[in-house]
Amino acid sequence: MTVFLVLAVIILFAVAMWQMSKIFKLSQVKPKDDSQVANDNDNRIQGKLMLGFLVFFYIFLIVGFWKWTKVLLPQAASEHGTDIDQLMLISMILIFVVLIITQFLLHYFAFKYHGKKEQKAVFYADNDKLEFIWTIIPVIVLAALIIYGLFTWTAIMNIEEDDDSLIVELYAKQFIWEARYAGEDNTLGKANVRFIEGVNTIGIDASDPYSADDVPARELRLPVGRKVIFKMRSQDVLHSAFMPHFRAQMNTVPGMITQFAFTPSITTEEMRQDEEVIKKVATINQIRREKSLDLAARGEETLEPYEFDFLLLCNKICGASHYNMQMKIIVETQEDFDAWIAEQTTFSQTMNPLD
Amino acid sequence: MSTEAHVHAVDHHDDHGHHHHKQTFIDKYIFSTDHKMISKQYLITGLFMGIIGILMSVLFRLQLAWPDKQFTAYEIFLGKFGADGIMDPNIYLALVTIHGTIMVFFVLTAGLSGTFSNLLIPLQIGARDMASGLMNMFSYWLFFISSVIMLMSLFVEAGPASAGWTIYPPLSALPQAIPGSGAGMTLWLVSMAIFIASSLLGSLNFIVTVINLRTKGMSMTRLPLTIWAFFVTAIIGVVSFPVLLSAALMLIMDRSFGTSFFLSDIYIAGEVLHNQGGSPVLFEHLFWFLGHPEVYIVILPALGITSEIIATNSRKPIFGYRAMVASILAIAFLSTIVWGHHMFVSGMNPFLGSVFTFTTLLIAIPSAVKAFNYITTLWKGNLQLNPAMLFSIGLVSTFISGGLTGIILGDSALDINVHDTYFVVAHFHLVMGISALYGLFAGVYHWFPKMFGRMMNKNLGYIHFWVTVVGSYGIFFPMHFIGMAGLPRRYYTNTAFPYFDDLADINVVISIFAFITAAVQLVFLYNFIASIFYGKKAPKNPWKSNTLEWTTEVKHIHGNWEGEIPHVYRWPYDYSKLNKDESDYVIAGQDFVPQNVPLQEHEEEMNH
Repeated sequence: MTVFLVLAVIILFAVAMWQMSKIFKLSQVKPKDDSQVANDNDNRIQGKLMLGFLVFFYIFLIVGFWKWTKVLLPQAASEHGTDIDQLMLISMILIFVVLIITQFLLHYFAFKYHGKKEQKAVFYADNDKLEFIWTIIPVIVLAALIIYGLFTWTAIMNIEEDDDSLIVELYAKQFIWEARYAGEDNTLGKANVRFIEGVNTIGIDASDPYSADDVPARELRLPVGRKVIFKMRSQDVLHSAFMPHFRAQMNTVPGMITQFAFTPSITTEEMRQDEEVIKKVATINQIRREKSLDLAARGEETLEPYEFDFLLLCNKICGASHYNMQMKIIVETQEDFDAWIAEQTTFSQTMNPLD
Repeated sequence: MSTEAHVHAVDHHDDHGHHHHKQTFIDKYIFSTDHKMISKQYLITGLFMGIIGILMSVLFRLQLAWPDKQFTAYEIFLGKFGADGIMDPNIYLALVTIHGTIMVFFVLTAGLSGTFSNLLIPLQIGARDMASGLMNMFSYWLFFISSVIMLMSLFVEAGPASAGWTIYPPLSALPQAIPGSGAGMTLWLVSMAIFIASSLLGSLNFIVTVINLRTKGMSMTRLPLTIWAFFVTAIIGVVSFPVLLSAALMLIMDRSFGTSFFLSDIYIAGEVLHNQGGSPVLFEHLFWFLGHPEVYIVILPALGITSEIIATNSRKPIFGYRAMVASILAIAFLSTIVWGHHMFVSGMNPFLGSVFTFTTLLIAIPSAVKAFNYITTLWKGNLQLNPAMLFSIGLVSTFISGGLTGIILGDSALDINVHDTYFVVAHFHLVMGISALYGLFAGVYHWFPKMFGRMMNKNLGYIHFWVTVVGSYGIFFPMHFIGMAGLPRRYYTNTAFPYFDDLADINVVISIFAFITAAVQLVFLYNFIASIFYGKKAPKNPWKSNTLEWTTEVKHIHGNWEGEIPHVYRWPYDYSKLNKDESDYVIAGQDFVPQNVPLQEHEEEMNH
């Protein structure tokens, strides 16, 4: 039946197209012109359509911004994140200025100079001055952007351990994130997949004295205002630790340790009070309520209301459940963090529960 | 006849007059060594693969828009992977993987460059055929075999390759990690290895032909920009494709012979693998050493095609011919030293990231010059808005829109947060996917009369263009927003994250635009097929163009020109050139001067 329907749609579509082309043919002023080369009439119509498209393009931009800017990420929750957002804003403004001007020129010229029988094109093949100008302007603008970008990049990627920084291992496997805190000595013990056995799910080397006080964890809690250095490992395939609210991302690679560092600047509680976040959460809950009504009508389980949390997502294709490889991140005050970590069992306690 | 054959033989040493033999069906249509027939073979194979690639995108857009609904379409097209109308997550990944592979390599590399390099290089430089017709035939048939193998891989038990078109190991190396990395991946690799061989044979042929077989007077600075683009594209292909082959061979060894080029310290399915010391980052370097030039292999021919079409239909010379050639060369050179911008967050040394940011943003300069030159070419022209011209203008539009967001992605600091999100998907689809497709369509509409001796219907062309151009912006403009909202690409569904619930509407908008745009391609297909058989018979030079291909007869003959090969006396862009006292065009009443027309009295040659 479906196959039949699909076929019927295709056939009807073909008939519609055939009829449309016939109408176009009949509507030609001079029925004799079937050269299939654009004539003055075509040029006029297509030129106007170019102008129409330009209007559509601008309206689409405006409507897009009006409707969709609210889905964008809220303010950055890390210190370097504000620098990135600043650079992003500058680049975006630049892009839009160039976009609006060039699209205007392109489509407006296409309209204005549409062909007419008596019209003569201007033989204009070269102008060194003009070309110099539009080579040198991008050079200058891009040089500025490159320099600004490189300073930001170097500052972010220059990861120096100081006494105060917190060292956390992020461990990825299909399709779970795990974490390991470095403990009191703030040094992670050695690890390798060959040590994976039983409760030692992330392959910590028990013979390394640094590993004893390490704290393996299934949730990621970070103290606010303190630099966190992530050391990342993967057990099977490539994954990518993506923390969009902190403007942070790094791949996890089997066989090597990758790293990324940032200083969380806003706690989860504070973020939930952020105006943008409140609005976004309200919209999401509205959608979820409507969906729940639908589900309830069909006798299915309804959706829970949503509360904002920072997220760690996997952002490198890693297998069937790639779309659901996530971990909640909680940013809290130093005191709350200390209280929480004190409650956790260290690696040596996990391995020798009797001691 | 025999006297003519004699003239040929004397005139051109490699023309032995063998086209006078009666050709069998197989010689003429299947194992043909004639570049015009081979180009048609490339085009039709490419279009066929394109239909499959687009159909796949329709399926996964259906899934992305309504992840919680069931569709019988899945059962029809995906069989057991779409049982009960629910798409299997693995097959979703397979669809995006094969969609990418088919569109990038089979449609936009072979279908675009293969078609038009083959058709235009001999015709526009004034040669009777490619340097080696036999190698050219092998090139096509290798491409055909690789297409068949790729299509075969869709039917293996565990599903086709599904590690993304970039096939990063270890995911692509371990069937334990994803079922598609079994037989499906093996066939993918075999298919690509053959594809690379095909591409190399083709490219070498193109290079040799352009260097050696130009007709008398056709200096390099008199070459149409199409030829410059094809020539440089072929060089990039020869430089970079072998690197992909080596990566593929190493991956085959890791998969089947126990080596550890890309694998190390892996624990999967409850056991530790013996592999030690390899690095997936090495694979990423090798892959993108081809992968990035590849996007220019895709876009440069499209830019060459539109340069020619815009100049012809504007009835004006292309603005800044030398700058256009220089920017093609600059883009080609830079394209081979920017691959690292795909790897800013791969774990490679951050200093390397700085270097690649620098080289990447440099590439914006020649690209900007090209865009400005196109716009200036339109200025004060007498624009003949044929479908080919519309698609060329559309290309400039998407090339600008998509290219500008490259400034963000090429900036390592900004890339951190948009890397691998839908922002990237929007960027590359506009700047290379849609732009190159527009180049392909422009080329087909423009050179259809040369290929098939008939005209395509212009009104169907207009419908095709306008729906496509609105539709593709409708698809890819909203995608920037969901990318900047933090939505990763290659997610089977976004419902696992309540945080993304407010993006569902935008995904529906995108999908609806995608379905409309995909449907209107049927208009093109109908127009294409119907015009081959029933189109209006084409005149010799329907677009009043200057280049040499329009001096050949409509009916195809082996050797292209019945008599002597025309000599060239001028560059190809003498449109609307005035005579000395500016009272009329150089040739009175005709606004174009073909390349084979000698300089008129008192006429100055353009010092371009």
